[in-house]
Amino acid sequence: MVAISKIATGNGHGENSPYFDGWKAYETNPFHPTERPDGVIQMGLAENQLCFNLIKKWVLQHPEASLCSAEGVNKFKETALFQDYHGMPEFRQAVAKFMGKVRGDRVNFDPDRIVMSGGATGAHEMVAFCLADPGEAFLVPTPYYPGFDRDLRWRTGVELVPVVCESSNNFKITRNALETAYKKAKEANLRVKGLLITNPSNPLGTILDRETLKSIVKFINEKNIHLIGDEIYAATVFMEPEFVSISEIIDEVECNRDLIHIVYSLSKDMGFPGFRVGIVYSYNDAVVSCARKMSSFGLVSSQTQHLIASMLSDDDFIDNFIVESKEQLFKRHKYFTWSLSQVGIGSLKSNAGLFIWMDLRKLLKEKTLEAEMDLWRVIINEVKLNVSPGSSFHCNEPGWFRVCFANMDDHTMEVALLRIRTFIFRQNEAMVPRKLCTRSSLKLSFSRRRDDFMSPSIMSPHSPLPQSPLVRART
Amino acid sequence: MVSMSKIATGNGHGENSPYFEGWKAYETNPFHPIDRPDGVIQMGLAENQLCFEFIKKWLMEHPEASVCTSEGVGRFKETALFQDYHGMPEFRQAVAKFMGKVRGDRVKFDPERIVMSGGATGAHETVAFCLADPGEALLLPTPYYPGFDRDLRWRTGVELVPVICESCNNFQITRNALEAAYEKAGEDGLRVKGLLITNPSNPLGTIMDRDTLKSIVRFVNEKNIHLIGDEIYAATVFKSPEFVSISEVIEEVECDRDLIHIVYSLSKDMGFPGFRVGIIYSYNDAVMNCARKMSSYGLVSSQTQHLIATMLNDHDFVDDFIVESREQLFKRHEYFTWSLSQVGIGSLKGNGGLFIWMDLRKLLKDNTFEGEMDLWRVIINEVKLNVSPGSSFHCHEPGWFRVCFANMDDNTMEVALSRIRAFILKNNESIVPRKLCRRSSLKLSLSRSLSRRIDDFMSPTGIMSPHSPLPQSPLVRART
Repeated sequence: MVAISKIATGNGHGENSPYFDGWKAYETNPFHPTERPDGVIQMGLAENQLCFNLIKKWVLQHPEASLCSAEGVNKFKETALFQDYHGMPEFRQAVAKFMGKVRGDRVNFDPDRIVMSGGATGAHEMVAFCLADPGEAFLVPTPYYPGFDRDLRWRTGVELVPVVCESSNNFKITRNALETAYKKAKEANLRVKGLLITNPSNPLGTILDRETLKSIVKFINEKNIHLIGDEIYAATVFMEPEFVSISEIIDEVECNRDLIHIVYSLSKDMGFPGFRVGIVYSYNDAVVSCARKMSSFGLVSSQTQHLIASMLSDDDFIDNFIVESKEQLFKRHKYFTWSLSQVGIGSLKSNAGLFIWMDLRKLLKEKTLEAEMDLWRVIINEVKLNVSPGSSFHCNEPGWFRVCFANMDDHTMEVALLRIRTFIFRQNEAMVPRKLCTRSSLKLSFSRRRDDFMSPSIMSPHSPLPQSPLVRART
Repeated sequence: MVSMSKIATGNGHGENSPYFEGWKAYETNPFHPIDRPDGVIQMGLAENQLCFEFIKKWLMEHPEASVCTSEGVGRFKETALFQDYHGMPEFRQAVAKFMGKVRGDRVKFDPERIVMSGGATGAHETVAFCLADPGEALLLPTPYYPGFDRDLRWRTGVELVPVICESCNNFQITRNALEAAYEKAGEDGLRVKGLLITNPSNPLGTIMDRDTLKSIVRFVNEKNIHLIGDEIYAATVFKSPEFVSISEVIEEVECDRDLIHIVYSLSKDMGFPGFRVGIIYSYNDAVMNCARKMSSYGLVSSQTQHLIATMLNDHDFVDDFIVESREQLFKRHEYFTWSLSQVGIGSLKGNGGLFIWMDLRKLLKDNTFEGEMDLWRVIINEVKLNVSPGSSFHCHEPGWFRVCFANMDDNTMEVALSRIRAFILKNNESIVPRKLCRRSSLKLSLSRSLSRRIDDFMSPTGIMSPHSPLPQSPLVRART
């Protein structure tokens, strides 16, 4: 009757993906420790909730960071009026500094290349608009964040071509996989304009090693295509090996810097998704200039620029925050992966991100996508956990699930782990590791396990822990 | 060498328009009362700076509006984590309530229909993406805000077709003009998907009367095309006649509500362009749902949602603010237009907005756009005022200039006015109204009357009349 656009009537918004079905289950019956103890626990949202006390403490000690306090209100007017798409100089300086510190100050970022966007969501769309025409394509290694389907394609008309990565080599991005994807694009008559990598990886939680990164930079340089590095999880690398950024590699490998662009945000590293602080950092002047003009469609609120500028300019706070955040993530990750391993659930060995890439291939009735969906529905409806099925990340192999661990308090995590254990025991007693002979010894060790765990001494970087209290209990 | 997109390499960003050249002149030499008293005064930026003391007072009394104060920090975490594109319920309720109050509570807005965007800039782009395919068109009455060329077209591929409005009838949007534009689009092979009106108008500073609005609604309904009403200046209507919103007219005229959409923002009405609070309000469920999904590209910072929710939910404050803001705008507008009239400069009679549509047709050497550009360069380089030439608004007729008056303090405005007076007196004595015979008597009256004039003016009960020139101007009194 009333005509609207094709973009509006199509499915490009991507919300028909199963990724969102779990959300709906959660939203109708969300877990609450007292009000809805049988509700669905949200483990599908990659949020970082572990450092808010540290941040709140800083906020209270720095009233000048707010425009609404007596200390800050004199800047209210100039800030409320500030809409320059270059962004506040102090904001850009603070963000550039933070990005450098997160990379161990091994590289410097130029504040004049910092361009704002409406979160990383807006940043990705903006970069796509700058680099590719409708019908052209980006290569994206699988598995990848489902939001890319919408952010890079919906309103831009750009196509995505998967670079298929496999569990047999821990989902590494190989030269072969890149070449295969590039060829496939050509055969489909798609002009490839760039390659988008997410490092640290969502959903894998792994980082790219130096050799892989160099190989990637060589690849794009040879093909003369752009490289977009989404480094949104840069500060969540909580243990060795150390994070290596594209910004470091381009100092080590010959390449045309006009091809290099970084997307960043404070949503994951600081836990501020609501503040919509998206950043595009390009080494290409024309892209910086164009993206900056486009940033008008999604500038960072000047009120938020002011807060972030104050916070991230406090070097002591930042140095402290980065260390504290890594520690909290490390502890949470270790406890979680170890607890899962105790019931025979493994995950991809990882050292970053706010989630693990859980391996439930053994639990599939068949090695098919349908079986993965069946298992997933059981996890949502019976175990009452919203986890994300690998297929929503375009994983080429069924049975993997992304499970977020940093978006809940300790108690909720215990409830989640308990539900998982119960489920596993019920499903298949054969799954339980041979180290444990009886269920009762498992239950007995619970409280000890937690205390021992919290002490850094017995933690080793690999799971299962050779010195696990469960082992000790048995001997 | 390195290939980017056509969008990136083209000129769709619109910054080669003269609208931005004046900015550059200002940026290299901006006026400052002490540091750069000969600098360029910015009169090309439609900002509302008149009510900040009022707002700051409220802030000091409401520390809970910030998530950083001890009163508000308890909500820091939940706010920092809140990224739901539905927006905070209290934010939507507060904005819906505010929009209603600005329309005298003659109409209600449903908080469930409030959708966020990256400022009005993001709102317009999102609406274009929702309603039209690349190559399709929107009708746009001239003169219009230059930013539309970029916001509606750049990344969307949508075309704009002007609806020509003329000074002979005060730039009213006539049925004829609409039909003519619609037909021309058809001849050019363009499928028209909608009509965008800005009411109150930028750059005219006028509002549309009820009959015009009804005629517009009937037009879109007959053609089955969308109507987008940009009502960003709604609260800046500072005197009669009262503002009439599309939201009211659709209650009075038969129409398909699926065609009706409003774009709003707090940038002009509250003076908060930095906070990027853009709003799309559509009566069409499919558009609302689509726009909401698209809002992910430009959500309002949750920190700002919290502040705005607290502020706009304070109904007493809002009621006072609306009245205070109108009063300040009225005073400033009256004094400014009256002062200009004293040196023979007229402007379109307006009652809204943050600017006047100044008539300098008499000063053109040629009645051409080149003549307008020449005059404009003189104004920037010699008079040192950044005003906006009518051509950058796609005005059909040369000689009109938009001049902003609400983005400066009283002192700066006086400096601007004295520069204008000096320029006019230098250029063309015949321009000076016949009431004043000699330059000297003008000069004498200027200095003697200046302080009186301001005092008389500032008194609300005094000699102000809504039309300029003031029949009881002190200059006239000085002479008799």
